[in-house]
Amino acid sequence: MDARNLTFLFYGFLAAWLIVLLYVLSLARRNARLKKELENVKNLVAQSESAPRLEDRVR
Amino acid sequence: MREKIAGGLIIAAALLLSYNFYHIFKVLPDDALQGPIYRILFIHVPAAITGMIGYFVALGLSISYLMTRNFRYDSLAASVVEVSVIFSLVNIVTGSIWARVIWGIWWTWDARLTSALVCVLIFAAYVMMRRAIDEPTQRARLSAALCIFGCVDVVIVWKSIDWFRTQHPSPVLSIRTGGGHMDPAMEHMFYWMLLAILMIASALVLIRTRQETMAREIDSLRRFANAAA
Repeated sequence: MDARNLTFLFYGFLAAWLIVLLYVLSLARRNARLKKELENVKNLVAQSESAPRLEDRVR
Repeated sequence: MREKIAGGLIIAAALLLSYNFYHIFKVLPDDALQGPIYRILFIHVPAAITGMIGYFVALGLSISYLMTRNFRYDSLAASVVEVSVIFSLVNIVTGSIWARVIWGIWWTWDARLTSALVCVLIFAAYVMMRRAIDEPTQRARLSAALCIFGCVDVVIVWKSIDWFRTQHPSPVLSIRTGGGHMDPAMEHMFYWMLLAILMIASALVLIRTRQETMAREIDSLRRFANAAA
């Protein structure tokens, strides 16, 4: 009983920390993606600000 | 600043967990009836309480959003719910493993377990729904409504062991029973574990909230770029 008991205790703690760890990894991945996306959008805004507007080009 | 607070919380939680694990595995004796498996309580119950606290915090934030239409409350509520779902999942998985040893079954459809599962499903739907809606105002309003609805189930989860006869044990903490159901040394350690898990959850919420702020920034910059083009 006790050996099986200890095995399941190990599984319980392992599962709990594994779920938290997987979530932390997903947060880290999402963070990297958001930083990259923010950089891209900032570049896009800078480009659109420096480029002449469509109305100006027509004129 | 937010990252520094999150880092500090994680370091403090790691130190506290080392102290807690030493006491849980080396100092505390085995339970007379359950043997060593009872130690799963130190992660199963704090995870459940952390999840429930999170849902009630999200309820307050959702109501605040509906009253003020301030998107900061919506971002915070979304972060808190996501982290709470993770801890509720930890609660269900560890509970199932504990049940396998003590009851001989992985799962039973009693009021506590069923309402806890429904709670995870409702708030998982909340997280998925947010990803499916692009329009920020509609997303925030529907999320707040779903959060309020979900919190009704959180109350059912909390009170189910008082209202119904369940396979799940009745409350054991002295805060709910007035004492006599749990050894004071074990209960003392339980509160330290709860504190450590609450610290981890708070750090995760801070990190997640930063991401929500970044996503809002990206969204507004994109709208600005589209308008300027």
